[in-house]
Amino acid sequence: MSDVILNNIRKTYNKDKLVAVDNVSFSVNKAELFGLIGADGAGKTSIFRILTTLLLPDGGSAIVNGCDVVKDYKKIRKEVGYMPGKFSLYQDLTVEENLHFFATLFNTTVETNYDLIKDIYIQIEPFKKRRAGKLSGGMKQKLALCCALIHRPSVLFLDEPTTGVDTVSRKEFWEMLKRLKQEGITILVSTPYMDEATLCERIALMQGGKILSVETPENITRAYPEKLYAIKATQMSHLINDLRDNENISSCYAFGEHHHITFRVESEDVKTALFNYLHSKHYENIELKPIKPSIEDCFIKLMNN
Amino acid sequence: MKQFITFIRKEFYHVFRDRKTLLLLFGLPIAQIILFGFALTNEIKNSKIIICDYAKDNATQRIIDKIAASSNFEIENSLLSHQQIEDAFKSGEIKLAVIFPAGFNNDLLHFNKAIVQVIADASDPNTATTLTNYITTIVMDYQKELTQLNPLPWQIIPETRMLYNPELKGATNFVPGVMALVLLLVCVLMTSASIVREKEKGTMEILLVSPFNPFLVIISKAVPYFVLSLVNLVIILLLSVFLLDMPFNGSLLLFFAESSLFIITALSLGLLISNSTDSLQSAMLVSLLGMLIPTMLFTGFMFPIENMPKPLQVISNIVPSRWYYIIVKSIMIKGLGFAAIWKETLILFSMTVLLLLVSLKKFKIRLQ
Amino acid sequence: MKDTVISTDKLTKRFGDFIATNEISFDVYAGEIFGFLGANGAGKTTAMRMLCGLSTPSSGKATIAGFDIYKQAEEIKKNIGYMSQKFSLYEDLTIVENIQFFAGIYGLPDKKIKEKTDLMIEQLGLKNEAKKLVGSLPPGWKQKLSFSVAVLHDPKIVFLDEPTGGVDPVTRRQFWDLIYAASSRNITIFVTTHYMDEAEYCNRISMMVDGVIKALDTPANLKQQFAATSMDEVFFELARGAKRKAD
Repeated sequence: MSDVILNNIRKTYNKDKLVAVDNVSFSVNKAELFGLIGADGAGKTSIFRILTTLLLPDGGSAIVNGCDVVKDYKKIRKEVGYMPGKFSLYQDLTVEENLHFFATLFNTTVETNYDLIKDIYIQIEPFKKRRAGKLSGGMKQKLALCCALIHRPSVLFLDEPTTGVDTVSRKEFWEMLKRLKQEGITILVSTPYMDEATLCERIALMQGGKILSVETPENITRAYPEKLYAIKATQMSHLINDLRDNENISSCYAFGEHHHITFRVESEDVKTALFNYLHSKHYENIELKPIKPSIEDCFIKLMNN
Repeated sequence: MKQFITFIRKEFYHVFRDRKTLLLLFGLPIAQIILFGFALTNEIKNSKIIICDYAKDNATQRIIDKIAASSNFEIENSLLSHQQIEDAFKSGEIKLAVIFPAGFNNDLLHFNKAIVQVIADASDPNTATTLTNYITTIVMDYQKELTQLNPLPWQIIPETRMLYNPELKGATNFVPGVMALVLLLVCVLMTSASIVREKEKGTMEILLVSPFNPFLVIISKAVPYFVLSLVNLVIILLLSVFLLDMPFNGSLLLFFAESSLFIITALSLGLLISNSTDSLQSAMLVSLLGMLIPTMLFTGFMFPIENMPKPLQVISNIVPSRWYYIIVKSIMIKGLGFAAIWKETLILFSMTVLLLLVSLKKFKIRLQ
Repeated sequence: MKDTVISTDKLTKRFGDFIATNEISFDVYAGEIFGFLGANGAGKTTAMRMLCGLSTPSSGKATIAGFDIYKQAEEIKKNIGYMSQKFSLYEDLTIVENIQFFAGIYGLPDKKIKEKTDLMIEQLGLKNEAKKLVGSLPPGWKQKLSFSVAVLHDPKIVFLDEPTGGVDPVTRRQFWDLIYAASSRNITIFVTTHYMDEAEYCNRISMMVDGVIKALDTPANLKQQFAATSMDEVFFELARGAKRKAD
């Protein structure tokens, strides 16, 4: 049963000059942890705002929890949880004042659904009398999550909740989201970080307002069309240029301590030829190994198509 | 209802935790009152008058005595040449010179006509006019005394009295104007800023995506400023009555009732502005330019409206503070009751309703 | 012997009782790509601001591009480039106008400005967009343009504060191509980033934790030291023990 359905959603700004969302369709299942992965400007925030009824789409339709985002917006607004980017909390209210406020906003009390947020809240409880503005990024994130959950929403929308937060806190955050899934809450998260994609059940890759792919992370990586290799040698910055010049290499880009390459033709001869080529250019310690593509590799492939 | 109270409580937290704005909120009216009350007085206190009595006879003595009877002026009685008088004016030492030529009384008795020369420094026309009028009144008074002994066939005797403010205190003019200005500024500026800030921070988004009617959220923002404005009003009132000797001749209850109405008008204006702007900067700009300048010009406490050209007079009708100014003066200084100000009250009330309706209609339930 | 373009000795910044940056000492060499990493709140931004001449240190010594950090802050500013995620270019000016503006600020003579403008537009392939407003450019372009503008005046050092935050993977790599090109022109790159794969592109890395530099070495040596297979793991090891993250 799909909890969230988008059908050819289109959104433009500036009198049609800027197409932010270009015929996007996908659906999210009940209690699924769904990731919307894409860079800034991909259209993620616009989609979230349409789904939370804050913006009207210029084309297409969308359903959230059985309600139309245009006609039944009042009902949707009662039932969803939403955290816009940059943890929009009241900076000059304390942690507990913020929580209490959001509970009241949704006609409930902190006690009613405390069990839902307990695991998260106990981490920030020691700071409950501190003003939200004075919390670290990771703490703000946890508070924002609590405030969005306090009324036990059926669908939770989190717009870039991990931006501006250190890696350690980010990992913890995703652990918390996974546990929430077990409560039956449908969670949509947007993020520009490719490595977080693997933490979701299914993801939609977005670029320039368009959907590149909607699949489980495993299926996306499995669908990578070619064999991917990682290559390493001395002088990595020169290596990349020489690799690109080589006619047997169909794609080459930097990837941390390796370069990722694909060959035009798969054969042992081609690989030997490459080694010879590189030796002639005086590269040493050459390492070539096949690797499983990551989401980022797939994203790059999809973008270049 | 309980929710509404929670909202209002939150708004109070916001207001009190913003120290800088609090300072502005309370410091501003106090500063204004003191400024207007003391420094910028257009009272005629301490104006120096010089009297050159070349006649030194009964008549001149009588007139000079009368002039001296007023405690407002600093009077110097000495004989100066024309050049000295001119120099004294140039240096700003004196504001007015009264010159009785030699043989004043003689002329009066024998020719039934005497001339007294009154020279005023009109670079400040207000002061000049007031002083000249004062002297003229005194001279007329004296003339009346004389003519009582020899009644003339037809007489027109102007009897001037300075009603409500016989000592011509400036405060009675300014204080109601300052009240209107301060209330307007505080309410419009603060309310619109508070709402727009919510939009800028992104918390408005969350408020919209909730079951609570966002319009009520906005109203809850107005409440702390309503309360603070009343407190401000009390402070201004206390300052002006005890520090500036302002009279308060009317009903306190009526005063606060009418003031509450005006505060609500101002809050509605703030509401309207916040609906139409998206950034703090533009909210502040519109509030200041749109409110401050028309209020200062068209309320009537700096420049009398009756002296303005017709089109400007018409414009002044839509400035709410103009009507509040009249109401306050009627209550505070003239001691009148509701019967006298029902028309102005009705106008203010209609303005408020109109502003609220437009705000409601313009209120955006979505982001775009 | 390599030229030292940045040299600090016990550089410290205090805000009241709080020591944001605690006696950091390190050197950066000419033409190096130096990664300045650390978790949020570790003291990175404070340190960077001092090095850019934007904030006066509380104690310690430092020389940037040969200028003293206390007495010659203005000279420092003239000899460095700066680019951050938050602000880069003016959205309501065209590409050409932006380049001309910043070139003017950096004090380039008019002829040079024209030369540089044409060169940059050519290199970035923006011929068709030159007269368009920067605000209308797709997101990835702004970053690349910003960087080019930051090195417009061939500064000795360019400071990059999380320049690739939120940018798509392809543009990120194009951005690093630009960094490599600048580095080969002997411009020193001082960059902070949250992407650990970008840490690998640097010649050397330093990691700040709780206001001090906990590690400084090449990526390869750091991985060996911490028995890690990726910079991600190195970061995790070092950042995990941080006290400031909870505060």
